[in-house]
Amino acid sequence: MDSLDAPPGPDDGAVSAVRLDGVRIAFRLEGGTTYEAVAETSIEVAENEFVAIVGPTGCGKSTLLNAVAGLLKPAAGSVTVFGRPLAGLCREAGYLFQQDAVMPWKTALDNVALGLEVAGRPREAALDEARAWLAKVGLARFADRYPHQLSGGQRKRVGLAQVLIRHPKILLMDEPFGPLDAQTRQIMGNLLLDLWAADRKAVLFVTHDLEEAIALSDRVLIMSAGPHARIIGDHRIDLARPRDTSDIRLDPRFHELHRAIWGQLKAEVIKTYGEATP
Amino acid sequence: MSRMKLLFLQVMVGVVLIALWWIGSNVEIFGVLLLPPFFFSTPGDVFSRVVRLFATGVIWKHLWVTLLETALAFAIGAIGGILFGFWFARKPNVAAVFDPYLKMINALPRVVLAPIFMLWLGLGIWSKVALGVTLVFFIVFFNVYQGVKEVSPVVLANARLMGLNERQLFRHVYWPSALSWMFSSLHTSVGFALVGAVVGEYLGSSAGLGYLIHQAEGVFDIAGVFAGMFVLAAFVLIIDWVVSHIEDRLLVWRPRNTLNDA
Repeated sequence: MDSLDAPPGPDDGAVSAVRLDGVRIAFRLEGGTTYEAVAETSIEVAENEFVAIVGPTGCGKSTLLNAVAGLLKPAAGSVTVFGRPLAGLCREAGYLFQQDAVMPWKTALDNVALGLEVAGRPREAALDEARAWLAKVGLARFADRYPHQLSGGQRKRVGLAQVLIRHPKILLMDEPFGPLDAQTRQIMGNLLLDLWAADRKAVLFVTHDLEEAIALSDRVLIMSAGPHARIIGDHRIDLARPRDTSDIRLDPRFHELHRAIWGQLKAEVIKTYGEATP
Repeated sequence: MSRMKLLFLQVMVGVVLIALWWIGSNVEIFGVLLLPPFFFSTPGDVFSRVVRLFATGVIWKHLWVTLLETALAFAIGAIGGILFGFWFARKPNVAAVFDPYLKMINALPRVVLAPIFMLWLGLGIWSKVALGVTLVFFIVFFNVYQGVKEVSPVVLANARLMGLNERQLFRHVYWPSALSWMFSSLHTSVGFALVGAVVGEYLGSSAGLGYLIHQAEGVFDIAGVFAGMFVLAAFVLIIDWVVSHIEDRLLVWRPRNTLNDA
């Protein structure tokens, strides 16, 4: 485990994709009290790096992601994206939400093309590229379907294509496969890794599923139970790529890593559980 | 249920009701007519009256006037409702200030406004249109307001991160959402536009279906009243059918409510 005070950065000289410095996130509650969801936290994600944040439910992982996206202003600390302090929404980021975020009134094709269209791409060109992306996520035949005519997994694929078509330099993912069944999750995991391997964006992937985190990422950060959640662990995952998210789970090294990280995570999960039940 | 069977059963309900009406008004049971023709007329009389209305061509003028009033009331009410719905939904302070007044006007039975409109706008079509507008406006207004307010925050955040500016958000997010709410209430609002027109005509006019019914009632011409009612009912069915088709076209993206589709 690395030291926490100085998060392991990328090669010297390179600018990190995302850098959180002493970020504190607090909400004002009714009655004037404040609730500190995330205590001072520093995270650094290098270009090309796939970082997963794992923590017990309700620890503030998503909040942290929202701060990076610029949807939420931290109470203290700074967010830096490719060396520039974040002001307003993070234009470099693509965000895949936990819930369905595709527009129910647009077909799969229109949903995917929208990001290009609003950026000024002519409609025909945007549609052509959207078709190509739908094919990449295996939905070529479903271009004209509306979201309600697709399964949960298919909607996630549309969401993924919608995010990736804009070629964001940073990918933020908030338990994107959370609502899916176990088999679909593994298929989606492999799809994500395949697409990611093509241009290796910086990824910040939030999940409560440790196995998923290890199977996908280069580094796993462990977050403590909230409130005042912090990063309490930083583990490098040295499994070889390309990986298959289901096969890798049989790898002895996977088990070693899992055992080491789980020991730490378990304590936090129990803490959450203990607080929830008086 | 198959289409044919459904249609058959629907027709049968009508046939049975008319048969009961015919028996009640034509056949004496224990020496009395259950439905005296003076109060209930007879199916034959009403039918021949309807035929005469169409054969002489009298009805077309009245239908046209009522249709025009309904369409105008709907169009003006819907445009007003959309504009104010958007304005209030995007400006919560404005909404808060006007809230008690909106509630007050909405709680008012609209019929009491009819005499005022008649004084202001005369006995022509505009007093009826005004009455219909006061009904349609609030339905559309509340639905558009709700539609803008109910946009999923996740869809909105996603759209913002995709780089949509305010104008694009309006076009791709708020507008479709508001329209879907508005169209889901299309049956109600078109129905109310018609109610406004007919009630207005009934209270004072020189043309329209409401006028026709009112005239017949004034001379105890029950067959005329019923004939007017039947034409009105058929008119409503046709309008409803048209609205259903428009709705199907515009809301293809919506999951179908299987309970209502049976």
